[in-house]
Amino acid sequence: MSVSNLLENWSDFRHTHPVDDVPHNPYKWAMSIDLDACSGCNACSVACYAENNLPVVGKEKYAHGHSMHWMRIERYWDEDISTEGGRDFPDQGAQFLPMMCQQCEAAPCETVCPVGATNHTPDGINSQIYNRCIGSRYCEANCPYKVRYFNWYDYPTTDNVWPAEMNQQLNPDVSVRGKGVMEKCTFCIQRVTVAKNNAKNEGRLVHDGDVQTACQQACPTSAISFGNLVDPKSKVHRQWQAQQVELNKDAQTKDKAENNEEGGGSKEEGGSLRGYRIFEELRPYPSVMYLERVRESAV
Amino acid sequence: MKDICEDIAWAKINKDVLKSLENPRKLYWVILFVAIAMVGVAVGSEIYQYMDGMGVSNKNNTHVWGLYIATFIFWIGMSHSGTLLSAILHLMHADWRKPIYRFAEAMTTFSLMTAGLFVAVHLGRVWQIYYALPYPNGRGIWPNFQSPLLWDAMAIFTYLSSSILFLYVGMIPDLAICRDNMNPGWRKKLYTAFSLGWEGTDRQWRNFRVTYLTIACFLIPLAVSVHSIVASDFAMSQQPGWHITSFPPYFVAGALYSGCAAIITLFIILRYVFRFEEYMTLPILKKIVRLTFAIAMVWTYLNLIEYASVWYGHDQASKDVLIQKAIGPYAPFWWTMNFCGTIVPLIMFFKRFQTHIPVLFAVSLLLNMGMWLERWMIVAPTFSHGYYPWTWDHDQWPSLVQWGIVFGSFGWFTLLFMVFCKVFPSVSMYEVKEMVYHRSQATKKLVASGKLATAGLNADNLNADRGAH
Repeated sequence: MSVSNLLENWSDFRHTHPVDDVPHNPYKWAMSIDLDACSGCNACSVACYAENNLPVVGKEKYAHGHSMHWMRIERYWDEDISTEGGRDFPDQGAQFLPMMCQQCEAAPCETVCPVGATNHTPDGINSQIYNRCIGSRYCEANCPYKVRYFNWYDYPTTDNVWPAEMNQQLNPDVSVRGKGVMEKCTFCIQRVTVAKNNAKNEGRLVHDGDVQTACQQACPTSAISFGNLVDPKSKVHRQWQAQQVELNKDAQTKDKAENNEEGGGSKEEGGSLRGYRIFEELRPYPSVMYLERVRESAV
Repeated sequence: MKDICEDIAWAKINKDVLKSLENPRKLYWVILFVAIAMVGVAVGSEIYQYMDGMGVSNKNNTHVWGLYIATFIFWIGMSHSGTLLSAILHLMHADWRKPIYRFAEAMTTFSLMTAGLFVAVHLGRVWQIYYALPYPNGRGIWPNFQSPLLWDAMAIFTYLSSSILFLYVGMIPDLAICRDNMNPGWRKKLYTAFSLGWEGTDRQWRNFRVTYLTIACFLIPLAVSVHSIVASDFAMSQQPGWHITSFPPYFVAGALYSGCAAIITLFIILRYVFRFEEYMTLPILKKIVRLTFAIAMVWTYLNLIEYASVWYGHDQASKDVLIQKAIGPYAPFWWTMNFCGTIVPLIMFFKRFQTHIPVLFAVSLLLNMGMWLERWMIVAPTFSHGYYPWTWDHDQWPSLVQWGIVFGSFGWFTLLFMVFCKVFPSVSMYEVKEMVYHRSQATKKLVASGKLATAGLNADNLNADRGAH
């Protein structure tokens, strides 16, 4: 092992721009979330806790902002409740936004990690290597969505997290993280890996529906779709295509249409589109598309 | 008024400086014990944090960085003025630096050591800290060379080792003087080992000068790069309030600023504690004060540029962070920072305060408080009011654990610094002799050419003691 080895293999070590120089063949995992269907029931969040061995930190630590919800439901109100006319709960129901790691193609968290503990996989998932993480927390500092969660305490040994017998329900496919490492949504990579292996054994590619993420599985309204964006038959691919959302663009047809409208232009093109990605203008190229809410009443 | 009395005998210089190794005022011991107590607080806090987890510092998933990073930048910044005095002014032949550069250089080294500790204190898994270094390993795993934190690690490592080398090399002739004047004992053994058999031959002096100059030239770009890279931690990120092109020069100016202020503080303390009134003279203090004032104005300019570029940059998120700094929960600190950084140094503009020791002592402490706040105001508000509104958190405050470690770091620095001053000569003897000699020669010339009236000149006295050199 030498420096020359490092220099020669530089291109293997880091890709300049994941969108351009990795073709993502045959897999690119992506998601779309229909906000019109989301009722804010938090089932996805609970399923994520169960699937990914997330520690339940308790009231006090939650109040300190130490919660570990990889999948969180955010609540928003239409108007500012502090102004007149604005209504607060329960007069006015909230709008919900399920938020998890957006698995950005040009992830701001990846480039800043000093030890390379977070990397892009060839199938488009932003992976986290717990063993490599030294806990500098630069990734979270640079994440525009703030969807990374740090182990502020040694949760496996903290008594109120998994009380006696409760540790029996831990998922054996997912490692339990000790103190001082960063973690985040993995698109249920343990399930993805199983599906890929099964497909490989049968000499085929993963079909749409072979793999479901825990949040998707638990969602009562099927608001979440997950699948292979490269596969033309997958639901995710069809949804992205229908909404004219493209992975490697920083502004979609919908945004352009809205800009046109504001500028006095016509509504013809893309007026009925609902697909958007959060913070596209920062160019992280996220892999999660949201479908705008269209129903009038909040839940 | 002259920078230094031109008829100090060379033997007297030796005697005065050597006396500082053995016989400081009582205040020295008071400072030392206070420093040790402060270190105790920090060690206690760190043990608690290490055992329980980073959570006890009351950071959270929004505020992932806190006082540790802010204070880390502060100590890195503190290290710059040592290089300014010892290397840059050396190349510029400003000989008034000679009585004071040694302690400034020691300050560089020890503040870097303190800063290095903050990297360790900050990490979630400090026991794996070596992952961040590019050490050869059989698995072919390297750190991520794209990460500004890794550049940081490398830049600091290089700067620290070069500073130690520079400090040591510049001290060799003085260590030989110590060796020659000590009674047998552990000190004599120490100086004998460290002076590397220095005898003061022509050849040794020639090699010494070349080495010293080379390291000085090497150190200047390092000093600039190290704080530019610390600035890159922020400027290269994508967060509002951090993603600002002018950060590297702004950080370097801030670094020189806080460093110069610290030099004033330590100048005043050392001058009293070790009875260096004849060497650390008021005219020299005046020169440092003027230098500090100039740097303060540069910093103010760059600071205003930062605000202006954010304000007119039409990036709403960055603008909001700036507004939050001014009117949000951090407002008292932000305004104090601006007051201490921009208004307080104006006192140094007035001649009567340029040598007024109590005023300067207070001013220098205020300046450094302002500069510490500046670093905190760079780090924290971005977290409380970042891009993602759902994670806005304006109520998060550092816990006592964080404050304890920050507090203790000042003790740690003082401890190292005070021990250094007691064990090694904190005034460069050979260079003060050079300075006295050159100055008296220059005066002599002036007198000979009739441009200056003779006034109590005693050059013979100087030459009589040259043997001690």
